[in-house]
Amino acid sequence: LSRVGDELYLEPTDSGLSLRAVNSSRSAFASFLFAPLFFQRYETGGPQPLRCKVPMKSFLGVFRSLPSLEKTVSKCLILLQPRCNRLVLQLRCKYGVTKTHNLAFRECERLQAVFDTQSCASTLCAPARVLAEAVVHFPQTLAEVTLGTGPGGRISLRNYVEDDAEPRKTMVTELWLAEEEFQSLAVAPGSQITFCLKEFRGLLSFAEASNLPLVIHFDAPGRPVVFTLDDAIVEVHLVLATLSDPLSDPQPPRANGNVSHLPTPPDDFPDDLESYMATVETEEGPGVLPPSPTFPQRTPHPALGDPQQEEQDGEKEEEGAVPGTPPPKKFRSLFFGSVLTPGGPSPAPSQEVLAEDSDSD
Amino acid sequence: MPLWSQPTGSGEPPALSASLDNARHLSGLLRAVHFQDRATCFATAHGLRVTVEDAKCIQANAFIQAEIFQEYAVQEESVTFQINLSILLDCLTIFGTSSLPGTSTALRMCYHGYGYPLVLFLEEGGVVTVCKINTQEPDELLDFDFCSTNVVNKIILQSEGLREAFAELDMTSEVLQMTMSPEKPYFRLSTFGNAGSAHVDYPRDSDLMEAFHCNQTQTHRYKISLLKPSTKALALSCKVSIRTDARGFLSLQYMIRNEDGQVCFVEYYCCPDEDIAEAE
Repeated sequence: LSRVGDELYLEPTDSGLSLRAVNSSRSAFASFLFAPLFFQRYETGGPQPLRCKVPMKSFLGVFRSLPSLEKTVSKCLILLQPRCNRLVLQLRCKYGVTKTHNLAFRECERLQAVFDTQSCASTLCAPARVLAEAVVHFPQTLAEVTLGTGPGGRISLRNYVEDDAEPRKTMVTELWLAEEEFQSLAVAPGSQITFCLKEFRGLLSFAEASNLPLVIHFDAPGRPVVFTLDDAIVEVHLVLATLSDPLSDPQPPRANGNVSHLPTPPDDFPDDLESYMATVETEEGPGVLPPSPTFPQRTPHPALGDPQQEEQDGEKEEEGAVPGTPPPKKFRSLFFGSVLTPGGPSPAPSQEVLAEDSDSD
Repeated sequence: MPLWSQPTGSGEPPALSASLDNARHLSGLLRAVHFQDRATCFATAHGLRVTVEDAKCIQANAFIQAEIFQEYAVQEESVTFQINLSILLDCLTIFGTSSLPGTSTALRMCYHGYGYPLVLFLEEGGVVTVCKINTQEPDELLDFDFCSTNVVNKIILQSEGLREAFAELDMTSEVLQMTMSPEKPYFRLSTFGNAGSAHVDYPRDSDLMEAFHCNQTQTHRYKISLLKPSTKALALSCKVSIRTDARGFLSLQYMIRNEDGQVCFVEYYCCPDEDIAEAE
């Protein structure tokens, strides 16, 4: 929960103790519901349910060093005292030592994300270990990851590359999980979603430690993705916003159509980028691409006159582009590589340009 | 070791000369009191005492008795000088701080008297280093006037139990409050920080408690920033004795066992934070 937000929301209910967190941009929400079974003793008193929140740091400060906690603490008592506005956490430790923490809390409204797992088009369920082992291949600093469904029921995980990243300096890691790795798979083909890795990793480490299978419910890009862990004593939900990208849905089928001369996506890195660029270039005009400021600069003028003109245009685009767009030469090689696709709107002149640019072979 | 037997400087024997086969026996103890750079060394026939003070409220003393040294000689009744403890520690650990089994740095110290530098000869694996550290006029030291007859409460605990509590002290609290009482909570450490208050209670019948002599309920607060450095001494020690007197002055005595099984002591004295005298 600390990977999600800075405040811990506590709500004791009849069905258990609910701990929740939300991030500052409201794009991630997590809740842990610990059933009364989880506790040695669980008593909710008082007519009014008390909802409060405490700063995450103060709460975590009580449980500072986990390895020593496991060895020294025998019991933990949690008391919510509305009269003195204190959340009391008492740890009974080895040698009769008692540690008592009185944390100040603030009353608050119910924190609840709106989501409905029933309405999600795709669901998959895998042991946490499988996903954890997959995610370990991505660098710790990676912000977002794209989960996609591919041919043969395979699931892909790919790091999300910012549109304005330089292809020369970008490393794309993609891995595919076979259908057999999943406990259940009911996904809409050709769908993919991009979400933040940080909160997901947090959930994965909990899931691995508790040895529970992870269920992922997702829908179209832009709709939240819901991760659930469910068992008799704890119910966990992590809801993350996904990147809304109008191109990502149609991409796979289109890509196959446009770049049929290229190998299929999973096998070859450059082809992936090219097919992606192809889609970008062939589908939409400049006006229809809100997600990235660089799109308008990349797509226009697919079919201009002579090579010279093309070059100039490339340069113009380069000048007008946001910082971080690739240098003109490489950019052109990708750009025109995609233009060469059969069925694309480009006429002969672009072919001439390709001949000039020896890198694009 | 022919180098050791050469007297340096004038023909007179140095005011203080000592040699130690394992410099770590000294550097470890000095680190336990290193919260300020200025340290006063006080040498008598019984041994060496290194004192560090801060804010006129706290004083730490490291005692290295003569028996710890392989050779130890003091010419006058006592020899006193002030020295920069950082530099002294850097020199003592000049061959590195990692302790490989079997290797140790041998040390010889010489001090010729007022105005002379402290000369250190350090040897490890045949390599010899000579360090000369300037000494200063010793400042007057605080006398906490803490004598055992005035002790009101005394507890001896195994350090193991306190280490975690001290390491995890809520540093957003300005004070560390200590309650010692013949009744519950017996011995309690409390902090009052930004998140709220935290208490660690040690019952009198705990396995950690080696001695419990509390006659009166006392609660005193001490500035946490002053006491926090004592965590270093606590980490090295096996036992700690906690005593308070009628004025609320605190004495912490740490028993430190070195690699050869010899015992040395480090002591911290702290005066209470003003205003709060009795239990809340």
